[in-house]
Amino acid sequence: MEYLIGIQGPDFVLVAADNVAASSIIQMKHDYDKMFKLSEKILLLCVGEAGDTVQFAEYIQKNVQLYKMRNGYELSPSAAANFTRKNLAEYLRSRTPYHVNLLLAGYDDTDGPGLYYMDYMSSLAKAPFAAHGYGAFLTLSILDRHYKPDLTREEALDLLKMCVEELNRRFILNLPSFSVRVIDREGIHDLEKITPSTK
Amino acid sequence: MALEDICGFKNSPLHRKLSPASCFEDTATFLHMNDNSGTLLNFFMPSFLSSAAFTCRSLAKPSLTVRRPFNLSHGTTTLGFIFQGGVIAAADTRASAGGLVACPFVHKISPIHSHLVVTSSGSGADCMLWERILRREIRLYQLRHSRCLSICGTAKLLSFMLHPFKGTDVCVALTLCGWDKELIYVCSDGARLQGDIFSVGSGSPYAYGILDGSLRWSLSNEEAISLAREAVFRATHRDAYSGNHVDLFHITAQGWTNTLSAVGMFDTV
Repeated sequence: MEYLIGIQGPDFVLVAADNVAASSIIQMKHDYDKMFKLSEKILLLCVGEAGDTVQFAEYIQKNVQLYKMRNGYELSPSAAANFTRKNLAEYLRSRTPYHVNLLLAGYDDTDGPGLYYMDYMSSLAKAPFAAHGYGAFLTLSILDRHYKPDLTREEALDLLKMCVEELNRRFILNLPSFSVRVIDREGIHDLEKITPSTK
Repeated sequence: MALEDICGFKNSPLHRKLSPASCFEDTATFLHMNDNSGTLLNFFMPSFLSSAAFTCRSLAKPSLTVRRPFNLSHGTTTLGFIFQGGVIAAADTRASAGGLVACPFVHKISPIHSHLVVTSSGSGADCMLWERILRREIRLYQLRHSRCLSICGTAKLLSFMLHPFKGTDVCVALTLCGWDKELIYVCSDGARLQGDIFSVGSGSPYAYGILDGSLRWSLSNEEAISLAREAVFRATHRDAYSGNHVDLFHITAQGWTNTLSAVGMFDTV
């Protein structure tokens, strides 16, 4: 039902998420933000079971902030991703596992941009592009076909729009708008929301 | 709960055996829910939660990965929306138990304090209990800190209190409607959504149909009240589990006013 996508370029990461908060067959909100800012250059995109997403993402968010307060410097995206994965893994075999699927996108001043794919089984993979949700079945092949490692921001945005148009054409659910953000050396930037044109 | 404290139930062997604190160990990273004197919030925890058979929350719902396509629980219609004149909360008054109308005049909207009401849907008993717990916690906060907790804070507190019961049969879907113009939906699944218009219950799709078409920010008080009443009425017409009367609350800067008019569902349209 929900959709997340991330595309990593040579010096930036582009991420997008749909804006629907649904309950059974009803869209309860059309402007729901599924991205959580962990630090100045790290975003966590989180979808999954209703309460688990916000609880888990806020828990990670607060702990990343706490690390910065205690140690005076921020966690790198790779460290934050591994910390998140470890927490998912710890809760996986407890009485209260978290059913969440995540994308963590960040920019490290030494290593550059990074996109990390995590799922509810607490797997972790660093990938040049990734997607979550039923929409991923429709759009991963488009990403495979058109992605190149040195793509520019405009090309990445065009690729994202191609994916959104495909969802609009073939996905049975209506996802009316998508939040889009870019992370680069200067931090996190909001881009204009994408609303697929009616067909 | 106050009676429990006075009777010293905490020190009895029965209470130690039932030890609610075991449930909080898994969520130790979250709000510890002490009051300032250090006593944990005590609830009667059903014993099956600590039994070995209940090892994983998802086992309680074996079909977790294959969701029901349409969930027809919560036999009710409640709604809330924000407009220029404040916040309106409306609900029907039927309590259904399967095919029986258990009570035709239930109050599904209850005030928490002078500027906050909560509409409830789901299991009637659960809603009554959790409203009472919420009222207690808000009152305690007010006494300790000499100010009211914000609506967002109230919603977060409620959401965190409900979190340990996720995966059990606790079923509450509450909409907090209050001043300053806030409308927040909290449910026992863990969802916490802030918005301008919410409708909850089995009759909610019908209510959305009326509200989405006619709701404007610039409605007058009378127009907003009559829109809310009409939305609930249309939902009760189509939904078998909603009916009888319409309860209506209007929350402004001066507090809530109950504009329940006993307009029954027997009026012709």
